[in-house]
Amino acid sequence: MLLGRTANGLYWMFRYIERAENIARLVDAGLRVSLTRFDSGDDDWDGVLQSAGARQAYAEVHSTATSADAVDYLLRDRHNPSSVMSCIEAGRNNARMVRTALTRETWEATNECWIDLKAHLARRPKAADLPELIDVIKHRCGLIRGAFHGSMLRNDIYNFSRIGTFIERADNTSRILDVKYYVLLPAVSQVGSSLDNMQWESILRSVSAHRSYGWVYDGEHRPANIADFLILNGRMPRSLAYSYSKITSNLHYLEREYGLRPQAIDTAETINAMLTRGSIVDIMDHGLHEFLEEFISRNNQLGREISEGYRFYQ
Amino acid sequence: MAFDEMLTADDHPRSPYRDYHTWYAGQHPAHLIQKARDAENIFRKTGITFAVYGHADSSEKLIPFDIIPRIIAAREWRRLAQGIEQRVLALNAFLEDIYHKQEIIRAGRIPRELIEKNDAFLPEMIGFRPPGGVYTHVVGTDIVRTGEDQFYVLEDNARTPSGVSYMLENRETMMQMFPELFTLNRVRRVEDYPKQLRQSLASLAPSGCTGRPCVAVLTPGIHNSAYYEHAFLADSMGVELVEGSDLRVIDGRVKMRTTRGYEEIDVLYRRVDDEFLDPLTFRPDSALGIPGIMDVYRAGNITIANAPGTGIADDKAIYSYMPEIVEFYTGRKPMLENVPTWRCSEPSSLAYVLEHLEELVVKEVHGSGGYGMLVGPTATKKERSEFAAKLSARPANYIAQPTLSLSTVPIFVNKGIAPRHVDLRPYVLVSDTVKIIPGGLTRVALKQGSLVVNSSQGGGTKDTWVLED
Repeated sequence: MLLGRTANGLYWMFRYIERAENIARLVDAGLRVSLTRFDSGDDDWDGVLQSAGARQAYAEVHSTATSADAVDYLLRDRHNPSSVMSCIEAGRNNARMVRTALTRETWEATNECWIDLKAHLARRPKAADLPELIDVIKHRCGLIRGAFHGSMLRNDIYNFSRIGTFIERADNTSRILDVKYYVLLPAVSQVGSSLDNMQWESILRSVSAHRSYGWVYDGEHRPANIADFLILNGRMPRSLAYSYSKITSNLHYLEREYGLRPQAIDTAETINAMLTRGSIVDIMDHGLHEFLEEFISRNNQLGREISEGYRFYQ
Repeated sequence: MAFDEMLTADDHPRSPYRDYHTWYAGQHPAHLIQKARDAENIFRKTGITFAVYGHADSSEKLIPFDIIPRIIAAREWRRLAQGIEQRVLALNAFLEDIYHKQEIIRAGRIPRELIEKNDAFLPEMIGFRPPGGVYTHVVGTDIVRTGEDQFYVLEDNARTPSGVSYMLENRETMMQMFPELFTLNRVRRVEDYPKQLRQSLASLAPSGCTGRPCVAVLTPGIHNSAYYEHAFLADSMGVELVEGSDLRVIDGRVKMRTTRGYEEIDVLYRRVDDEFLDPLTFRPDSALGIPGIMDVYRAGNITIANAPGTGIADDKAIYSYMPEIVEFYTGRKPMLENVPTWRCSEPSSLAYVLEHLEELVVKEVHGSGGYGMLVGPTATKKERSEFAAKLSARPANYIAQPTLSLSTVPIFVNKGIAPRHVDLRPYVLVSDTVKIIPGGLTRVALKQGSLVVNSSQGGGTKDTWVLED
């Protein structure tokens, strides 16, 4: 048993921490592209901003998407609610609110992450310091995850935290794919061109999967395989299928513990079944973009049903 | 020359400090400087912070912690504890009387208007007896020392005394940094406080409560200055930390909204002021409270700790009557003295106070946290004359006390040790018995010569040791 407000705080704490880490990965991938491409320009950063869901807000304060401005906006701008710093601050505020539900180790890792990143992001970073800075962000988020897994009881507190993580992760992965879906379409891509290779690698890099991809598939970058990896592969920790197998099992724990079966469980099971049984050929035939759009909206719908079913707000 | 609790005038350690002093002499200064830094890091990392209101960019501050403990001998403590117990019993008897027969008023010991015109007096409590007859479940009695055997009670905090988390964290930090000191000295434990608080609260659950009482801590939320403490206490007691928005009155019971429905609460340790507790009874604009909780309370279906309306007992205007109050209810002279107090509402006192502003400390009757007070001897001429104007305009709003020469305990500074003024807040739990935690929160004015120990005004804290016999 947990206060509805506490479940809500845990859910959002872990959504924000997950988001911070994903934004850092996106920036990392963006930097990589601009390093490996001589004609790289605004387009690349425009795509990164779009994947981060920040393109529109960015355009309100900046007229062009230069590397330095985009990185600054994504990492440290407090006006951007999804910047790494805003996410860590929001995650930590939620952690403070649910302080009694967290182990001391988890709380301290979160608090130290906030203290450390506040110091690292106090000033506009120099381009040369960016790789290290991104490492620090990933490292700090990793410490929270480690403390959480190593010290928390496997009870409803744990389940709500995990659900937050995976709803956010599924959202992020589907957005990354949706922004770049066109490069995965057979009709417009000239398979094997260096431009495509770089685009594809950038997608994989955004989900830290550029190495693991090679272990699972034959090493050739094929659009259908990349889409399969990120959408349907149940072993890939940032895929939609993996996220939904976790969301479903965490909801099943709650169902057993509470003896309650809110609408959210049906919804999660339906999406999970679709991802377990689906084939990438069907998805591509149906239309990758349409599939992703629908997924994003169903994922949001599930988030709403969870907050209603477990009385997050009322 | 103020009384120093560690060293005599010729620099010899007094008896409770003997072992500590020997240990200290054997320490390398650089090592201690490092330890002081470590301590700060522990506090920062743990997030032991408080908020200072009305300060830009200071949403969270650390209270400076000094690594030199304040040590109290067993004999000194026994005396203090007896005096505190007597006083706390008197406070409860006074509250019971004030909200029932008002015998102390009828006996002419305190003026009727002092009670009935006081905002802290809640007519809603008249004729109501809280579960177990306990009004002040948790009390923090502020004590100052001016000499070897001279102690005064400065304030009785009978509403929602804060700071106990610092007592516990200070001890935790000291034990982590200097474990050897706790084998050299036999220091009495304070760590059981959360367990005792929970037991004490649970034992006063409403009589209709069968089974294990559900206890919860009510906080105004993460922006409150003492939020850290609220979370700390809930966590260490193993009870829920709730906000007003989590609670609702359903079928005559106070219930909290959980992930599987609404569940009843039996005892609410509230850290929200009376006036915000129930918008239907008190401030209608309060978003921190629970509409209808006072009806549940008066029907005997929830215990609220401390009881609403206890503020009438720790009001600064009442304070000056405490010697009479203690004697009236216990039949004995108070064992702990009050600081002599001028009530500015009385014309002769006002005249005296205005004439002697440069010697006195003048406080607002309803103020707390060191806000709105004048420390005569250190104030400038301009500050004094401005204050005199405020005082003359609303004399009943103020009391005045002589500037006491508070005792000092050394703090650790880069050059070694330096004496600073301190006070002491021991914590008392009241149920069917009175439990006084052996120790408390020592607040220390870090600025040389300063007498203001409040954390909002640049004060720090020390671990406080009560030694075993």
